[in-house]
Amino acid sequence: MFDVFFAILRRDLLLAMRRRTDVFTTLFFFVIVVSLFPLGIGPELNTLRLIAPGVFWVAALLASMLALEKLFLVDYQDGALEQMLLAPQPLSLLVLGKVAAHWLITGLPLVLLSPLLGLQYDLPGETIEVLLLTLLLGTPALSLIGSIGAALTLGLRGGGVLVSLLVLPLYIPVLIFGAGAVEAQASGLGGGGHLFMLGAMGLAALVVAPLATSAALRVSAE
Amino acid sequence: MLEVVNLQCTRGDRRLFSGVAFQLEPGELLHLHGHNGSGKTTLMRALCGLVTPTQGEIRWKGAPIRRQREEYHAELLYLGHKNGIKDDLTGVENLRAACRLAGTPISEKEAWAVLEKLGLRGHEDLPSRVLSQGQQKRVALARLLVSRAPLWLLDEPFVGLDAAAVELLQSVVRDHVEEGGLVVLTTHQEVALTSGRVKRLRLGWKKDGHV
Amino acid sequence: MSSRILNWFKFASPATFYPLAGTIGRAAAAVAVVLLAVGLYMSFFVAPTDYKQGEGYRIIFVHVPAAWMSMFIYVVMAFWAATGLVFRTRLSFMMARALAPTGALMTFIALWTGAFWGKPMWGAWWVWDARLTSELILFFLYVGYIALQGAIPDVRRGDRAGAILLLVGVVNIPIIYFSVKWWNTLHQGASVSITKGSSMAAVMLETMLIMTFAFWAYAIAVAMARVRLIILERERDTRWVSELPEVAG
Repeated sequence: MFDVFFAILRRDLLLAMRRRTDVFTTLFFFVIVVSLFPLGIGPELNTLRLIAPGVFWVAALLASMLALEKLFLVDYQDGALEQMLLAPQPLSLLVLGKVAAHWLITGLPLVLLSPLLGLQYDLPGETIEVLLLTLLLGTPALSLIGSIGAALTLGLRGGGVLVSLLVLPLYIPVLIFGAGAVEAQASGLGGGGHLFMLGAMGLAALVVAPLATSAALRVSAE
Repeated sequence: MLEVVNLQCTRGDRRLFSGVAFQLEPGELLHLHGHNGSGKTTLMRALCGLVTPTQGEIRWKGAPIRRQREEYHAELLYLGHKNGIKDDLTGVENLRAACRLAGTPISEKEAWAVLEKLGLRGHEDLPSRVLSQGQQKRVALARLLVSRAPLWLLDEPFVGLDAAAVELLQSVVRDHVEEGGLVVLTTHQEVALTSGRVKRLRLGWKKDGHV
Repeated sequence: MSSRILNWFKFASPATFYPLAGTIGRAAAAVAVVLLAVGLYMSFFVAPTDYKQGEGYRIIFVHVPAAWMSMFIYVVMAFWAATGLVFRTRLSFMMARALAPTGALMTFIALWTGAFWGKPMWGAWWVWDARLTSELILFFLYVGYIALQGAIPDVRRGDRAGAILLLVGVVNIPIIYFSVKWWNTLHQGASVSITKGSSMAAVMLETMLIMTFAFWAYAIAVAMARVRLIILERERDTRWVSELPEVAG
């Protein structure tokens, strides 16, 4: 049953290996956005430490959203999506495979790089740990939720901007709990409760998003 | 086996066709005719379940295809206009990925053998982006040689192929029909079959008076 | 007559619903005008001055009904979306489409009046209160739906894509509301409790209810007018449309 999940995952990772620039564009978008804030706000470390959780999370949100447009678009254009829709397995599994590959390509590098950027903001060790953990838990949820928007706007003119309009409001809970956990940790309250909520939200997205995305893909590919 | 009842499809506001009905049994080939824009491709996509018809029903083995999507897809092979070839993958990788997706994985050796049969020898491990249009089409058609699906839906399979490839494809289709397969295809070419029945369906004739 | 009552699905056909929508729409418009007149009179002249907030509080007679309606309309749209996806009734999608602008208008009114109320009460046009923030996000959801419908030229795809978005949205609204509330308490932000704070006199509650029903009737009236236009647009090639007196004449 999960063969098809791994089939898609493998194919997409192979494709990403052949075209590595896509990985780096999203990653460096994240790096640039995070680095822009000190330039706009000033290099005062106390302020930076205060805004860091929000900055990191908003940047992660934007980076994840930016990468969404390509999630199904190439498959749609070259006809591979039609074959995916005709696979004799549940479409949600295929969608899950695509989203997993997408997250490994665009989400994970950003998560792994965030501790380094955390140093730019003079975050203490434990806060960086929590930041890493929240991004690790939260960005898959972002990819899952985002896949719904990507499927709905598939092939539309101006799809990129439209995706942000549809998806960003849905990202808000993840933003609140992701940034909230880091902030709670930094202020000494401990981010456990937030992390728990973040995990719950990820699970909910794992259940709902592939179904909604599958339905949307069937509608959009017609 | 495949039964189409009173089918109607629309595109935007325009009704493409209505009242389409036919039956296809094992060992039969249906040749779809029709001028450009008569809805051949839409009918093909409706037969796959990619397009939801506005009226009517498509049945496979007596049950509506909507109710048995996964089972139906396991017995179906569709090749459309866009051949689903990934530019950055080689011919072998493309073929193997497509087969894995269809639930019938093949070994690397098999993939090499099939592509060689299709005249792609020496091109198997080049990225598909450097292949010509016709060669890419051949990679897509390679799936027919390894497929075990009884129902083939082929939308303009001969476009872009040279004479030798057309000949080969015709024999593949012929073999499939003779072995009791079902084929629906759209093409402007005549398909020669030695046995098995060829049915014809012309779309759009009501409007413009073709027979 | 009896068959008309028995067969609900009969009205799922645009041709039969079109005249019915006209009747309902006219009735709702009349009700809306009457209720609005009564409601506004009561809000300005009957409801007593609030001992804490003075005269400025009277804006809640518009604000609260608009906020209620904005949420209610989204749920109704999601209901139509689900009906459309399950029963494949075209009319359901048209209803969802017809309601969207009114829903967005209600959120906008709620936000606008919230700001007007906030300025004298809090000294700021905008406070990041949980309810106001949720309302803002709801506004984004409406805008997203309308933008998606606008971006899809194909009617069938637009209908169904919009319906999926509505269902995803309606699942998310409680989560969003809950998380915004959590966020708000954590940051100890200002809590604008418009209805609480001062105990409400019975006449205030009555006024608010009358205004709510007025808004409700208004929403029905404009939605019916809009759905009639959508039906005409989509069915323009059919015979029954060309035979309508307003079209043929």
